[in-house]
Amino acid sequence: MGIGTYLALASVLFGVGAAGFLARRNMLIQLMSIELMLNSVNVLLLAFNRVNPSNHDGQVFAFFVIAVAAAEAALGLAILIAYYRVTKTLNTDDATLLKY
Amino acid sequence: MTGPSVTLFVVTATFAMIGALITISARRPLRGAMGLLVNIVSLAGMFLTLNAHLLAALQLLVYAGAIVVLFVFVIMLLGSAAEVAPADGRFASRTLGIASTIIVFLAVSSSVAYFDAPWEAVPDGFGTVEGLGMAIYRQALVPFEVISITLLVAIIGAITVARSPTE
Repeated sequence: MGIGTYLALASVLFGVGAAGFLARRNMLIQLMSIELMLNSVNVLLLAFNRVNPSNHDGQVFAFFVIAVAAAEAALGLAILIAYYRVTKTLNTDDATLLKY
Repeated sequence: MTGPSVTLFVVTATFAMIGALITISARRPLRGAMGLLVNIVSLAGMFLTLNAHLLAALQLLVYAGAIVVLFVFVIMLLGSAAEVAPADGRFASRTLGIASTIIVFLAVSSSVAYFDAPWEAVPDGFGTVEGLGMAIYRQALVPFEVISITLLVAIIGAITVARSPTE
């Protein structure tokens, strides 16, 4: 088993997240899909770091990705609550407030 | 040649895929959050096969402990409104979108699967609290401080955005 297995798994997980983000219309599920995509990138960074273990660059990057993902989730859910207060739904097809 | 454990990889990869598929196909968002939890915990196990011990612990603490709990809190807050009826219409464009996404990522994953590099022996302290902590504080001290400001701004912004306008 080589590093290619990890790369393939990470891209499949990213693809699942991207498909979920594009196909679903529930804002909560779309935020979860974003988390899936960020997580798959972490697998990639750690796998490449494991191949070149003389430094910790990939792990440092993954650390920052985790921190940014936490900030993103907090802000995204706050926006979701504010959006729900206005429209009383989580359907992104109804998100036309800025459109007209 | 000291490669990662194949057994642990296969188990965690299977559960990560199952969790991801549950997340994107769940009708109820709470079920989706549980799928995300399965995905996160199994990816933490996969980090262990890559000798990233500290990041496996951080993954459990931050993702499973904070982000999933945040999702569950919001789902509880919204109650039955968290569910959205499946979209009707525009069937052709949705099918095309999903199909093209799947094709692109199958092509990417099948091409990168052939990439191979030898697993080198892991030096002492790789991925431990000491090793990664030294790397962060020596090479990325400024980004580390900036990320704490980012988190602070995110907290203040979340409070400001989510607060009801009447207060």
